[in-house]
Amino acid sequence: MDPFVEFFSWLAREHGIRFTIVYDGFDRARFLRGVRTTFELSLVCIAASLVIGVVGAMLQRSSFAPARLLTQFYVQAFRNTPPLVQMYFFFFALGPALSAALDPGGGPILGSFAWAAVSLSLYAAAFNVEIFRAGIEATPRTTIEAAESLGFSPLRTFAHVIFPLALRVSLPALTNNLVNLVKTTTLAYAIAVPETLFVSNQIWSDSINVPEMMLTLLVFYNVIVGLLVALMTRWERRLRLPGYGR
Amino acid sequence: MKADYPPRGMRDTSGQVVGMEIDMARDVARRLGVDLELVTVLSSNRMQFLQQGRIDLMIATMSVNDERRAAVGVVEPLYYASGVAIMARNGSGITGLRDLQGRRICALQGAYYNREVAEKFVKGELIAFKGVTEAEQALLTGQCEGFVYDDVIHVYKKAADPAKWAGYSVVLVPEIAPLPWGIAVRTEDRDGPWGRFMSEVIVDWHRSGTLLELERKWLGANTPWLMAKHEELKGR
Repeated sequence: MDPFVEFFSWLAREHGIRFTIVYDGFDRARFLRGVRTTFELSLVCIAASLVIGVVGAMLQRSSFAPARLLTQFYVQAFRNTPPLVQMYFFFFALGPALSAALDPGGGPILGSFAWAAVSLSLYAAAFNVEIFRAGIEATPRTTIEAAESLGFSPLRTFAHVIFPLALRVSLPALTNNLVNLVKTTTLAYAIAVPETLFVSNQIWSDSINVPEMMLTLLVFYNVIVGLLVALMTRWERRLRLPGYGR
Repeated sequence: MKADYPPRGMRDTSGQVVGMEIDMARDVARRLGVDLELVTVLSSNRMQFLQQGRIDLMIATMSVNDERRAAVGVVEPLYYASGVAIMARNGSGITGLRDLQGRRICALQGAYYNREVAEKFVKGELIAFKGVTEAEQALLTGQCEGFVYDDVIHVYKKAADPAKWAGYSVVLVPEIAPLPWGIAVRTEDRDGPWGRFMSEVIVDWHRSGTLLELERKWLGANTPWLMAKHEELKGR
């Protein structure tokens, strides 16, 4: 047998310390599925929240007043309510109502994973809008005027001048928010998305090894958040412009 | 105590926790001559509450198996028994465990049969919620096609509110053997004075017919397991 598995089997036999996810095939498979779900949920939410964040920050500067108002309303609504409440609202209130309206008598139009992805993306994106806004407002007025005088259209000014500079200023705050987002994916456990916390809870309910699973969870989240922070720091370093922002 | 398991433990219209198991706890406090402090727990955290000393006695609809005997001090004799059933949506085609493969099945986190049902029959993860209310809501709104839970509670709910459950049927699952329920103290107390005292109390409840009486009061009828236990212990 694999010495790693052998060690944990021995730990369970001799000391009653039961990391069942190592030596029990069923527990290991469900834990790995949970880890994969956490990764999938995190990646989907990070991507969606970045896109919505950029679009929101653009709309906030729009000359069309209703667009500005709508963005403001969205940011306020999602920033000012707890993410768990939003998730419950989407899953238990909006989901059934939509299913009934669009497809009466049919099944649910979205499952729990999809609703978790929607609600967490919208939640994190509300913060991203504000984070990007802070970056955009930090872009020197003179730089924008220079771009305009070179004949850049507003959209090209945004895409080629304002946003690249704003992104650099926004990155530290963005890293914070994305770290928070990855940790907030554990809330999806409340609507039975089989992510890492959910499967861990199933495992400790069945195997009654709460301390072992708690330890596993702490190590796991430390590792994945550490990975994300390392990636973001590298990106920040690569994007650094000599002489700009420091 | 549990507050989400009618009629063993539930909230009445004023928010008070009432039920068969609450009456049992009151009787224990009366016998001890102490004030009763009720703490509500969930299936997924009840053993931890006991292990951490946040409660001294657990009467929380807990089915007893080997893992649980190793984790907490289960007091003999046991006091009740329940099996497993599926509250299935009519038209879902669920007539037993064999029909569950690949289905969206709701469950309650911490039920002892979840693993068996997930591993052998659904062959995937159950959609397990923390509270019974959430699981029921998910069933009623179509997020799942069936809800696997204790037979006694499904039968009770269906009888208590036929209008709400009109589109659903209770499918009994005889393949999973019924498990008796146990009252628990901390492991180190089981063979000490506290555990022995509780053991005597439970024997007395069976012998004197207190449990049968309480079951009639809360459920309206008696279950075979409890009647058999009464007969068994009556002569002692």
